Amino acid sequence: MGDFNFSYCVWIPLIPLFSFLILGLFGNKFKEKLTGILGTLALGIIFALSLYTAYEYFFVHGLVNGTYQKIIAINVTWLQFTDKLHINMGVLLDPISVMMLVVVTTVSFMVHLYSIGYMKGERGVERYFAFLSLFTFSMLGLVIATNIFQMYIFWELVGVSSYLLIGFYYQKPSAVAASKKAFIVTRFADLGFLIGILILSFITGTFDFITLTDPAGEAIHRGAEIGFMGMSVMTWAMLLIFMGGAGKSAMFPLHIWLPDAMEGPTPVSALIHAATMVVAGVYLVARLFPIFHFSAQPALNIIAYVGGFTSLFAAVIACTQLDIKRVLAFSTLSQIGYMMLALGVSGYGSHDGLGFMASNFHLFTHAMFKALLFLGAGAIIHAVHSNYMNEMGGLRKHLPITHATFLIACLTIAGLYPLSGFFSKDEILAAAFHKDKLLFAVEYCVAGLTAFYMFRLYFVVFWGKDTQYHHKPHEAPFTMTIPLMFLAIASVFAGFIPFSELVTSDSIPFEGEIDWMIAIPSIAVGLLGILIAMIMYRKENNYPARMAATLKYLYRWSFNKFYIDEIYLFITKKIIFRYIARPVAWFDRHMVDGTMNGIAGMTNVISFRIRGLQSGQLQKYGFVFITGALALALVFIYLWTK
Amino acid sequence: MLHGIRLEYFLILATLMFFVGVYGFLTRKNLITMLMSIELILNAVNINFVAFNKFLFPDKLEGHFFALIVIAVAAAEAAVAIAIIINIYRHFSNINVENVDEMKY
Repeated sequence: MGDFNFSYCVWIPLIPLFSFLILGLFGNKFKEKLTGILGTLALGIIFALSLYTAYEYFFVHGLVNGTYQKIIAINVTWLQFTDKLHINMGVLLDPISVMMLVVVTTVSFMVHLYSIGYMKGERGVERYFAFLSLFTFSMLGLVIATNIFQMYIFWELVGVSSYLLIGFYYQKPSAVAASKKAFIVTRFADLGFLIGILILSFITGTFDFITLTDPAGEAIHRGAEIGFMGMSVMTWAMLLIFMGGAGKSAMFPLHIWLPDAMEGPTPVSALIHAATMVVAGVYLVARLFPIFHFSAQPALNIIAYVGGFTSLFAAVIACTQLDIKRVLAFSTLSQIGYMMLALGVSGYGSHDGLGFMASNFHLFTHAMFKALLFLGAGAIIHAVHSNYMNEMGGLRKHLPITHATFLIACLTIAGLYPLSGFFSKDEILAAAFHKDKLLFAVEYCVAGLTAFYMFRLYFVVFWGKDTQYHHKPHEAPFTMTIPLMFLAIASVFAGFIPFSELVTSDSIPFEGEIDWMIAIPSIAVGLLGILIAMIMYRKENNYPARMAATLKYLYRWSFNKFYIDEIYLFITKKIIFRYIARPVAWFDRHMVDGTMNGIAGMTNVISFRIRGLQSGQLQKYGFVFITGALALALVFIYLWTK
Repeated sequence: MLHGIRLEYFLILATLMFFVGVYGFLTRKNLITMLMSIELILNAVNINFVAFNKFLFPDKLEGHFFALIVIAVAAAEAAVAIAIIINIYRHFSNINVENVDEMKY
């Protein structure tokens, strides 16, 4: 490296920012079509820039002495508090950030292109594209952050843009409620994140990622000896930071906002709630992975179990949902659970760091096939004008391209060889196998469930009964089908990227290999899931109803998402509102406000009493004035003569 | 001419005039009469100025000039006051001071 200058990377986040400003400020003056083209063009430029950066980084300049360098392309002091305490803004390039650049710009570019067709004729298209650009800017800023505080700032910005986009249809009360729910839940989690950052930087004295995560440095080992409630302070800090990540990545029990977030436009769900923003939590853990590994091992175990539990839990729910976007949302939860688990079971360095590599690999492939699934779902919804799969069926004849790409995506997520999902999932299973057999078993079940619920969706929508539609469903326009085809190709071939030679825990490439002892049973489980789904849903029959009747309670609990929302409502409404908020409100209204109102009331009463003095009668004023003057004169004479 | 009249007599005269003016200002309801009372007060002050100047600093003239300034100001003030009174008259058809109580509360 050395001679190559990566500082042009600063334009990657800045171009969407400009496009946001232009569309946001002047968008209503443009024609509808132009706004979409402008936004897409900006994304096209940074997509090309990111690919170029990835090429230069991975294949030309990044690898020095067998290790991928961490390159600070640009770094400026943004806020200077004291000599030691300052917050920088900059661009950090290392394998995971470059990979994320590619993921974010690819999916965002595809979603922009797709949105031109999908959002055609909607009200406020310029607002939509402005928000999309804002989101892309924030996400890219998050990805290339050089320090944890910059990451936090952009972390909040993605939260805001997600809020704005979920609530895009602001005339729909459910969308407004969903956007508020998403914002409040993630904000609550971010509180933990902020406290974690403060503790971490207090212990280590730095915000900077490179200093923080250097395994040979001293920052990473600080605070290990200070205990607090049975764990080191470092572990607590990392747990709190993970709380922020769990909120953004919708890990159990902070997952409740993600299914509701599907109220937003479908391309938004594809971009934010499937491919990019929700994996920010995974990215955060990956970014701080050396700290987790070397000084917060208990936190890492918790991450593994939270991820494992979420993946199983969400997969069970996904089997019974009827709204196709919600099925996909729970599938996203489940897949992110996989990634978290892979990080949790990972060690550090070469083959021990298999989980780390697998997690990022799965992040990459998942972004492609899940974006494809969501965009495909968008095309279906666009054609049928319904979200509910019981109102669909036999669509394969009407939507041939969507059908083909959707099938590819389903096969990919089910993990069939040689599609990309197979490779990344296999690495995760292998990583889990070496660390924890229980989690390994859970992931096998999840692999089967995943195949089952995805093909349930596929068969019900594209096969199943022949539904009579109000008007004949039509294939989407080419701006929508091109992204579908592009992402389908990416989903098929992304698995052949040699990730173990690019993205590793210690930045040193190693030889990855497929463990067929694990891979073959996982394919078998996937095929079994597909087979069951095919028997049950390919033609209309009564198996599903009989199944639901047999597993009565499980079915009902799963259908109602295990009543987690109800539990939250119970806790907030029945306990927090009644026993905490209400007394506090009473105190505020009667004590705090009461004092102020009392003072004001007293002033009022007194002034009513004495206002008669201001009679407007000149002679009364004169009398008071002269009496006062005489009294003063008497006082002075008295004092003078004494 | 003034030889033989002592300072005290001038002061007594001025005091009497001053309080007559104050009494008139506080009791009369007619605005013109109130204006005349103010003139009495001002002229009582003028007498004091001239008398003190004459008895305490016979070779200086500041007291005399001050009295002249007060006379000039009083004339100007009378002009303004009468203009106001005419407007009040147009409004209320009389010049009773008790009617002019808009600026209350």
